[in-house]
Amino acid sequence: MEFPILSLMLAVPLVAAIACLFLNAGSARMVALFATLFNLALGILLWLNYDIGGAQWQFVERAELFAGFSYALGIDGIALMLIMLSVFLMPICILASWDSITKRVGEYMAAFLLMEVLMIGVFAAQDLFLFYIFFEAGLIPMYLIIGVWGGDNRIYASYKFFLYTLLGSVLMLIAMLWMVNEAGTTDIPTLMQYDFPVDAQLWLWLAFFASFAVKMPMWPVHTWLPDAHVQAPTAGSVILAGVLLKLGGYGFIRFSLPMFPDASADLAWLVFALSMIAVIYTSLVALVQEDMKKLIAYSSVAHMAIVTVGLFAFNVQGLEGAMMVMLGHGLVSGALFLCVGVIYDRLHTREIARYGGLSINMPKYALFFLLFTMASIGLPGTSNFVGEFLALAGIYKVSTFVTLVCTTGIILGAAYMLYLYRRVAFGEQVNADAARMPDLNAREWAMLAPIAAAVLWMGVYPESFLAPMRQDIATLEARLASVAPEYDSALTVGTPDEHAANYIAAEHGSEGEH
Amino acid sequence: MSYANSLYLTGAEIGLSIAGLVLLLATAWTSRSSARAITIAAVTALFGALIFNLSLANDGAGAVVFGGLLEVDAFSIFAKSLVYIATIACLIVAPRYFEDRGQFRGEFAVLMLFNAVGMGIMVSAVDLMTLYIGLELSSLSSYVLASFARRDDKSSEAGLKYFILGGLASGIILYGVSLVYGFSGTTSYDGVRAAFDADFSTGALFGVVFVLAGLAFKVAAVPFHMWTPDVYEGAPTPVTAFFASAPKVAAVAMLVRMAAVPFGGQAEAWQQIVIFAALASIVVGALGAIGQQNLKRLLAYSSINNVGFILIGLAAATPAGISGVLVYLSIYVFMTIGSFVALLMLRTEKGEALATFDDISGLSTSSPALAWCLLALMFSLAGIPPLFGFWGKFVVFQAAVQADMIALAAIGIAASVIGAFYYIKFVKVMFFDEPKGDAPAKAPLPHWVVLGLSVLVISPLGYLLTPWLGAVADAAAQALFFAA
Repeated sequence: MEFPILSLMLAVPLVAAIACLFLNAGSARMVALFATLFNLALGILLWLNYDIGGAQWQFVERAELFAGFSYALGIDGIALMLIMLSVFLMPICILASWDSITKRVGEYMAAFLLMEVLMIGVFAAQDLFLFYIFFEAGLIPMYLIIGVWGGDNRIYASYKFFLYTLLGSVLMLIAMLWMVNEAGTTDIPTLMQYDFPVDAQLWLWLAFFASFAVKMPMWPVHTWLPDAHVQAPTAGSVILAGVLLKLGGYGFIRFSLPMFPDASADLAWLVFALSMIAVIYTSLVALVQEDMKKLIAYSSVAHMAIVTVGLFAFNVQGLEGAMMVMLGHGLVSGALFLCVGVIYDRLHTREIARYGGLSINMPKYALFFLLFTMASIGLPGTSNFVGEFLALAGIYKVSTFVTLVCTTGIILGAAYMLYLYRRVAFGEQVNADAARMPDLNAREWAMLAPIAAAVLWMGVYPESFLAPMRQDIATLEARLASVAPEYDSALTVGTPDEHAANYIAAEHGSEGEH
Repeated sequence: MSYANSLYLTGAEIGLSIAGLVLLLATAWTSRSSARAITIAAVTALFGALIFNLSLANDGAGAVVFGGLLEVDAFSIFAKSLVYIATIACLIVAPRYFEDRGQFRGEFAVLMLFNAVGMGIMVSAVDLMTLYIGLELSSLSSYVLASFARRDDKSSEAGLKYFILGGLASGIILYGVSLVYGFSGTTSYDGVRAAFDADFSTGALFGVVFVLAGLAFKVAAVPFHMWTPDVYEGAPTPVTAFFASAPKVAAVAMLVRMAAVPFGGQAEAWQQIVIFAALASIVVGALGAIGQQNLKRLLAYSSINNVGFILIGLAAATPAGISGVLVYLSIYVFMTIGSFVALLMLRTEKGEALATFDDISGLSTSSPALAWCLLALMFSLAGIPPLFGFWGKFVVFQAAVQADMIALAAIGIAASVIGAFYYIKFVKVMFFDEPKGDAPAKAPLPHWVVLGLSVLVISPLGYLLTPWLGAVADAAAQALFFAA
């Protein structure tokens, strides 16, 4: 039995969460920061000890504690990367709430630490029902985070978030019960190899899709997201955009694709259609937003649509690209929400028109904001370029039309992000109060600099992130190989011409024959 | 089987009856100040009955006593244990509640004891006559308990309503029983089953329908649920906690035994009724609660909603389904007692109950511990993991899926989202809203103990109980199917 590092990563924030409930504000902040940093250290240890190219499932733990399901943990490269994303963003979230949260700090920190437990649990669970428990349980702390510490319309947003996601996932539970009854096991790795009857797959796929499409979120069930994002406190938005949205993509890659390959192939058109609408529609909606957070929220929907098309391309580029977009978007949209949070803390408004010319009085801030804006657009050298390029390359193999539409979305993405940046950072300093805002302080540096470094690292040397996932994605592609679609822009091999192109048929014999 | 053995196996009922009679005399001849001592004695008697009952699990399980009137098997032991635990919890929280109102009398504990005896007979009855005796013994004491706060109009109204409608339901059951007897020629469960297996006529079907309708009234399943909100609201809160837990467990257990043993051969005849009642209860329980302002009425609808989920397990008509029903009931008892005790503790310094949503707004600031307990209870009732309430729903839906009733499971679980709306409203009011009224007064220790234990069980730690609970419930469910 090796050292149960995954259990430890669950236990540390859990214990800290319980402690925070009983502590005063100052100590709760310190405990939360220390616990999340400790978990980050454990995460780095996890990554260093992950044997790339080794067993598919590593750090496996199993204990038969419950009836009907077991406490089984274990990760592959995909889960490793998403766990890293979670533990990386968590200390930053705590820092982001350091000064801005003043009421009920202990409970706030407890809710965040609980979120961390549940997120790590979701990615590490190897038992179907354990996964469901972690997946669903996230509703409770997030409901409280939005509802207690959110903005003016927080109650509406929290209800919408809760009921939307709950309705999405309950049908998944019925599908899971059916699967377990059929396959006779709750073990996820075994289920990933199990061939469900083709006609049943359709229903199972739809039940899972209902859940993951809401989490993702895909058009037209994305409407909870802008409300939740806008009303949540900054750190809540970071966690929502950074990690919770990835649950949908993770669900597709872990459940829908390997467990129901036939249904995935049959219904890929549905995913493509919804994603294409999402890319164009939400990008256009983002273009006209007056509220910064709403704009970034809509951009998240558009980016997630690139993830779904990448996933359903069923080839290595598409799958790797989708994973990279998820990781990149986790960092970049998180960072963008933090950028909004930084100026929101100073002026207490998210209205774009209330700012302007910030690059004059906040040059360092403007630089970070520019970097993350460019990363969101997908500029080469930043994280999102790698992911979007791969995802689009993957989908180009399947459908030129889908690629065309999605690429248009990226152009629109450049439009709304640059327009946002111009209005906030450039131009005249029309608002006197905005012009008086001080530049970044040390705490804000500590929040933004690590993300900036990670964004550049991922953009310049993506191999560090792709390597752990390569083997798992290859396994998944092999599983999908039987249903992989036609390559519509593949070169067609014709019959070669008999002669070279410049050949002129000699009708009268050769010239020098006289 | 010898009388000595029969007497031994029914020791819990006999002991409780004697304790009840002695305490009744004691109440009659002592002053009202002895009420507390009498309650303590009653709790002791119930503890004794509980321990005796559990000790039976190790030996004489599955024995028919008194020539086929009662059966002591794993099922009845399981149901009785739950009934006793719930009764004890309600007795522990009652004294302070009634004392504060000057209504405390020893008769309360005595009535609870007789009620417990009646419920014990209900869950172990294997003869239609003993079933009726048990049911009436429990019901009659319940009617009195509902109107125990004599000077309170609402309490009297609740008692009267409960009595009239309960009497009607008993009549319906009795009519059904007479039809069943008429068409089978016997009142014993096994005899009825044998007769129905041989010939199941339309008249007999009417008998089954009437019996089930009457029992549906007792478990407060739609469409026989109308009395529930009024009675639950009017009755004193400890009594409401009791109604929502122990008699409900007994009635469900009785319904399950009835469906599985005498009518077990005709599952398809009653399955549709149960399916309808289950879905209707879930939906009505959820929709009815949405507009409620009064917390007790809200929990009354919540109990209707929960009965719907319990009936889904029964609708599966498999051992797994019945085991699911028992697991759900066990968790439900703790959730419901916990929530009603929490309501009980919601009272101001002046003694006014905080009875509506407005009263508890911002409770998380004025009384954080209570608010967090209620939060756990509400999410648990809504069936949100990782709280233990999820497990109850999980097992009944699993049974339904295994019985190939996927549509039932899908509709049921989708309707549970409607229910989630008002549970999260509870949380919203306590946590998101600003405090308005008075803060609740300090609650006495026994209340905290009962609440704390309930919350501990429904917390994620409860999952550690699942292997044990599942095994015991499976054994109990098997007992019914072996008997058949």
